[in-house]
Amino acid sequence: MTDVAVPATTKKDWTSDQEIRWCPGCGDYSILTAVQMLMPELGARREDTVFVSGIGCSSRFPYYMNTYGVHSIHGRAPAMATGIAVSRPDLHVWVITGDGDALSIGGNHLMHALRRNVNLTIILFNNQIYGLTKGQYSPTSEAGKVTKSTPFGSLDHPYNPVSLALGAEASFVARTHDMDRKHMMETFRRAYRHQGAALVEVYQNCNVFNDGAFDLILSKDARPRMLIPLAHGEPIRFGPDGEWGVVFEDGSARVVEVADVGEDRLGVHDEHREDPSLAFALSRLASGPTAPTPVGVFRDVERPHYGALVNEQLVAAAERKGPGDLAALLSSGSTWTVT
Amino acid sequence: MADTASRERPVVDLDRAVIRFAGDSGDGMQLTGDRFTNSSALFGNDLSTLPDFPAEIRAPAGTLAGVSAFQVHISDHDILTPGDHPSVLVAMNPAALKANLSDVTPTGTLIVNSDAFDERALAKADYASNPLTDGSLSAYTVYEVPMTSITMEAVKPTGTKPREAERSKNFFALGLITWLYTRPTEATLTWIQERFAKTPMVAEANSLAFKAGWNFGETAELFPSTYEVKPAPLEPGHYTNISGNTALAWGLIAAGQLAQLPLFLGSYPITPASDILHELSKHKNFGVRTLQAEDEIAGVGAALGAAYAGSLGITTTSGPGVDLKAETIGLAVSLELPLLVIDIQRGGPSTGLPTKTEQADLLQAMFGRHGESPVPIVAPSTPGDCFFAAIEAARIALKYRTPVFLLSDGYLANGAEPWKVPDVATLPDISVRFATEPNHTAEDGTEEFWPYLRDATTLARPWAIPGTPGLTHRIGGLEKQDGSGSVSYDPANHELMTKLRVAKVAGIAADIPLVEVDDPVVPGGEEGGAEVLVVGWGSTYGAIQAAIRRLRVKGHPVAHAHIRHLNPFPSNLGEVLRSYPKVLVPEMNLGQLVKLIRADFLVDARGLSKVKGQPFRAEEIEAAIYDMLLDR
Repeated sequence: MTDVAVPATTKKDWTSDQEIRWCPGCGDYSILTAVQMLMPELGARREDTVFVSGIGCSSRFPYYMNTYGVHSIHGRAPAMATGIAVSRPDLHVWVITGDGDALSIGGNHLMHALRRNVNLTIILFNNQIYGLTKGQYSPTSEAGKVTKSTPFGSLDHPYNPVSLALGAEASFVARTHDMDRKHMMETFRRAYRHQGAALVEVYQNCNVFNDGAFDLILSKDARPRMLIPLAHGEPIRFGPDGEWGVVFEDGSARVVEVADVGEDRLGVHDEHREDPSLAFALSRLASGPTAPTPVGVFRDVERPHYGALVNEQLVAAAERKGPGDLAALLSSGSTWTVT
Repeated sequence: MADTASRERPVVDLDRAVIRFAGDSGDGMQLTGDRFTNSSALFGNDLSTLPDFPAEIRAPAGTLAGVSAFQVHISDHDILTPGDHPSVLVAMNPAALKANLSDVTPTGTLIVNSDAFDERALAKADYASNPLTDGSLSAYTVYEVPMTSITMEAVKPTGTKPREAERSKNFFALGLITWLYTRPTEATLTWIQERFAKTPMVAEANSLAFKAGWNFGETAELFPSTYEVKPAPLEPGHYTNISGNTALAWGLIAAGQLAQLPLFLGSYPITPASDILHELSKHKNFGVRTLQAEDEIAGVGAALGAAYAGSLGITTTSGPGVDLKAETIGLAVSLELPLLVIDIQRGGPSTGLPTKTEQADLLQAMFGRHGESPVPIVAPSTPGDCFFAAIEAARIALKYRTPVFLLSDGYLANGAEPWKVPDVATLPDISVRFATEPNHTAEDGTEEFWPYLRDATTLARPWAIPGTPGLTHRIGGLEKQDGSGSVSYDPANHELMTKLRVAKVAGIAADIPLVEVDDPVVPGGEEGGAEVLVVGWGSTYGAIQAAIRRLRVKGHPVAHAHIRHLNPFPSNLGEVLRSYPKVLVPEMNLGQLVKLIRADFLVDARGLSKVKGQPFRAEEIEAAIYDMLLDR
């Protein structure tokens, strides 16, 4: 808001006095810690920061941040956050949401916030389950999932949140996971710095209702084989010894053994590519956390953010028509005088 | 072409006239009516209008379903309604005649486009025989005018293609009626040039058609006289002709100025509310932000977010939208933030009658949320009053940090009347102060901010907007501890908070005007004053007042109380109701206000219902009051 230097803060300054009520062992704790540790590094002001959430386990998050915060209603956080961000471009607005909140009941709002490029940092906690309502399948649960509401297995085809966001032409899309604080912090930092809508999917373990959902890719020994780190300008390569890589063919991406194709054929990651189709192709490498999965920033392109465009129109209108004059407005139609 | 009718032809002075223009949806009847209204307004008449059009943009041409009409009542005295029955009907085709004939006064005048009465058109309107020739219209004075063919002949010099030329016939009709009622022509001709500036050929065709209509009246020797309705002695001042939706939009802009807050409108297009979104979108130089959201829920969600961040947050909609917004309005009740919910009511349930009026959302506004979630309600009574009602709704929302419903309806929204432009300096100051300092000292001496520490008088909580150092806090839809605002599941606290929210809204009764009763001594009236009190709300004001004036002229004293604040009610309402032996409540629903009144005050009020998508006629209310007077 002002040019006065931002006072240095510590994690403690960003931690509210509220008792945290997530289940012990929940992946949400590590995400909260990552954000609270990151805030001092960002040089942000607490009073200029707003966390908005919907409903679900993740949506308790704002209560634990010593900033402004709103715990709204199910699915509507992007809508409410749009009102905040558009009316107050001076604030930094975060949206904290989950797979049910963002992709099921609130799917429409998420899609449109991304399309409009509202200046929001959206953290989507994906645990592939409904936790707060005690264990029903979610729109990211794998097909065939047996839960309380699907005793014979779910029939729904799941969403891939990164694919969805890229399909909505989000200007910033990334994925990280709750087992790697450093990677989370780096990804959140990038999202925070992005002007416009930034969506970060966080693979998050629900140890009560969907424990181990991501073990195949996130257990310590699996990570080198199953996570594909994305780095801008670098060949896309993974494996303990970099033995695998990704090539682009006919618009889709494919995992290959580097020895088979040669290093030169590996796809080079370009976050800033205007056309989102290669980023989309990367997002299709794994339909769920069972195959080698890209993590990091899929897309980061520049596009004016919505609040700035709205403000530009206000300024232009005031320049063209002069500042609003109420008396003149009320007499702007055909008028006559009775004496 | 002169501005006055021929000297040889007599000019008959009328004290008032009710004229209805009717045609196909594509015939431009709304525009014709609107232009006639404007020239009458500029001439100085009092007036009231009733646009009536189908929901379909282009219903099948020539059918009864596709008929669009515009009724205007002009007078040389103060009037309150668009008139019960038109004395003149302009019918552009057989369907327009058929759909509107039953409303015309029994000896009324019909001006029909005789070119349109061919066999095909008659069949489309389900006429077995041609009413122009079968004698069925013998009670009326019928003028058959070949409007289409004269129009096409008149616009020939412009080189307009026949199909296009035919479309100017509404301007022919407008010209003819302008002549018949000796209205000035200049304003309309200027308007045509401005409106069609981008298509000069169309502008020229419309001007020629308009002049042809005027000249036809002047030269055709068809009409025995012309009519004049003299200017009405309105209160001195500066006037403009205004529709309810425009007045409402301007009232919102005024509210933002008077509150010194930026306006934020989150809205989704819906009939009949969209014009408010359109109007507000034009005025960005007032700092008005408008967001056409992805849906109704996002519209109100964004408005509430903006309110949280310090704007005057508004959402505009109609019944189906209110259904969708209910959960967010409940959140606003819980967050205790100012929010304006503007509901332009239409016929329901479901999609219902999108373009027709109704007042059936009152109980929805009162009770349409889960839990105990009271919301104040304000209802304007005339198109011009929408301006002041918007300011009043904003005042309550801002002062009491609460969502407020403003219940307008399709009739007010699209209807127009001359409106005395208010002096801006007389409008109320509704500014509020944001919290800037901590308001509570913790046991250890730390200065804190408690978001739910209430003002002792208003019970409103402080409004601390993001960006304010030292006041960071978290709020949400979960129940909050009284004072601190922390999440609380304590049973006693929930009951306390529930009662506090209700008490806050109930307490607004001390901050609104008492309900006024219009109950004058009637010359020659019955002894002992009025026996019947008519209680109304919203757009029924004009019809009720007109009905009562008629009865008073006949020597029957009748009292009228019109309720502007429907929640909470004015504090004297119970006393007023109990001071009359009989109470009648006319409503365009099946008895919603009467239900509230009976429940709250235990008086035996009787309802008068109408749900035909049309406003009450004064005669309908007059008859009901008369029945009540006679104990029928």
